[in-house]
Amino acid sequence: MINDVASWLLDPAHWTGPDGVPARTWEHIWYSGVSLLIASLIAVPAGLLIGHTGRGRVVAVNLAGAARAVPSLGLLFIMVLFLGPRLSGDAASLWPSLIVLIVLAIPPILSGAYAGVEGVDPAARDAARGMGMTGWEVLSRVEVPCALPLIFSGLRSAALQVVATATIAAIVGIGGLGRLLIDGQAIRDFPQMVSGALLVAVLALLVDLALAGVQRYAVSPGLTGRTTTRGGGRAATDADGTTDADGIPAPGAVFAGEKELAVRREAGKTEPRHNS
Amino acid sequence: MIVFDGVTKRYPGGTVAVDNLSLVAPNGKITVLVGPSGCGKTTSLRMVNRMIRPTSGTITLDGRDTARMKESDLRRGMGYVIQHAGLFPHRTVLENIGTVPRLLGWDRRRTDARAHELMEQVGLDEVFASRYPSQLSGGQQQRVGVARALAADPPVLLMDEPFSAVDPVVREQLQDEFLRLQDELGKTILFVTHDIDEAIKLGDQIAVLRVGGVLAQLADPAYLLNHPVDDFVADFVGRDRGYRALSFQPTPRLPLRPERTLLIGETTQGVAQDWALVVDDANHPLGWVEPRRVTGEIRSEMLHRGGTVARASGPLRGALDAALSSPSRRGVIVDDSGSLVGTVQAHEVLNAIEEAARPEVADPTNPGAPAR
Ligand SMILES: Nc1ncnc2c1ncn2[C@@H]1O[C@H](COP(=O)(O)OP(=O)(O)O)[C@@H](O)[C@H]1O
Ligand SMILES: [Mg+2]
Repeated sequence: MINDVASWLLDPAHWTGPDGVPARTWEHIWYSGVSLLIASLIAVPAGLLIGHTGRGRVVAVNLAGAARAVPSLGLLFIMVLFLGPRLSGDAASLWPSLIVLIVLAIPPILSGAYAGVEGVDPAARDAARGMGMTGWEVLSRVEVPCALPLIFSGLRSAALQVVATATIAAIVGIGGLGRLLIDGQAIRDFPQMVSGALLVAVLALLVDLALAGVQRYAVSPGLTGRTTTRGGGRAATDADGTTDADGIPAPGAVFAGEKELAVRREAGKTEPRHNS
Repeated sequence: MIVFDGVTKRYPGGTVAVDNLSLVAPNGKITVLVGPSGCGKTTSLRMVNRMIRPTSGTITLDGRDTARMKESDLRRGMGYVIQHAGLFPHRTVLENIGTVPRLLGWDRRRTDARAHELMEQVGLDEVFASRYPSQLSGGQQQRVGVARALAADPPVLLMDEPFSAVDPVVREQLQDEFLRLQDELGKTILFVTHDIDEAIKLGDQIAVLRVGGVLAQLADPAYLLNHPVDDFVADFVGRDRGYRALSFQPTPRLPLRPERTLLIGETTQGVAQDWALVVDDANHPLGWVEPRRVTGEIRSEMLHRGGTVARASGPLRGALDAALSSPSRRGVIVDDSGSLVGTVQAHEVLNAIEEAARPEVADPTNPGAPAR
């Protein structure tokens, strides 16, 4: 069985032409990408707005929960029945598939975005307002950057689900890696079906890896704790003069007045001190 | 100058947080709002930068009604420091400090130069510039918070319990540095705290509020301690107020005694006293040893470090505390550079207190007038 799958995958004939692996993979990426993009365009701003204003949270939670409960296959058929007659050609199958994927992707992205903004340290938000940032500046300069880890985790979980579920596009007769499964089943070609499933899994993994890469680049190290490996190690827990970096009390530190003077000397720069 | 004129804040639930408050925070001075929890200190402070809108009354800033100013302009012109610093976790220390300058449209170079300058002013080592808030201790975060508030050199600072979330040792250090900084900068500061000791230490004038947001007394610290207007204020300033008042009496000439000192590594042979003071090369006191118990060389871990040291130029309270806390009963007095000048005993400090005049107080008929 494993050998059959391997030889299917290694057969050069399966890697060329309009129903070869590269073309199917490309279609798959295309469906997933477009759905994720449209879902993000809807869910990210909505989530940010809910998090920023604190309004509409209950509605959003319920809608997202309801959307999660919708069976994808059922929705797909309803969409085909509903949209099919109104659209022509490939669009008649394409849009129902995309809508299913979009509905699937919205809840995780939405909850990631609003939970991210909602979770921003209230003190940081208060300070931002107190320094004269407008609502928009608070959102764009503080809330969004701080919410990025959760926005990304919502996006990544949506991406995994969308890539896995994009196989259903094949059910309504259009492309993607799902065709390997559907067509394979039609002709009882099990190695092809297994190969298709494997390729979907590998693609999902690669997409997740790519997003993780973007996340690493986009999210401030201050939020991830990755700072410890950069710039020479963790800061001393307290460099306020009470403790040396190694945790041993500085000589004379308990002589409160002496410490105070040490601070004054430090401030007066007559005696340079190193805090780390 | 910040002027509260008949300011009242009634929250939607009906709570009157601030009741008809009239108050002047003079330019270049630290005005402290102090009172028990829930007495409306934070509400009063936040009405100044209009984070909270007064229900009635006006607050003017150098004669301009804050209600008529654009909110973002008003706030960018005032430093704002809060209890947990509220630093932006995704920004480095340098970027945090540069926040308001960037909002005001300064370019990167000018902002960074200013941020570096401020780090030095608030006593933060250069190595912290590229660190993130999560890598700092609470005390360091507060320093960044203060630096950030000062970045655009605003004439006014609003501070809401900025030092109350750090441990007492660091708090005292931050307070001292804050006073030193204020000596240099002369900002108009409105400072909120629930800690009467902090209020007395930092305030040029103190406004005591009672629950319900009513101003109970406005006076300078010495006057407040000596002439609380009523039981509430008397109770709030506390039972140790006689002792606290010593904080305002500069040390007169104390009869200082020379002290036999030893260095780390020396032996105690030939030292007859019960206690001997150990100093470092620069004659800075390190701690006390009991010569009888030391065999061989004095090592750092043998020192009793329990006593405080007082500056000769500091207030009497420090000298008395140094004497009382010293294991030898001799209080260690140093000069402004921290070098030993001599020791003094508690009864000698008490004599000095007896001989000194009572601290000067403001005209009792005009308790609002600062005495200093
Ligand atoms: N947003 C708010 N809504 C309703 N009541 C509030 C609000 N903020 C504060 N209060 C009430 O107003 C009073 C004063 O609060 P606050 O100014 O925070 O006091 P303090 O800073 O002195 O502890 C308290 O009784 C508090 O419960
Ligand atoms: Mg408060």
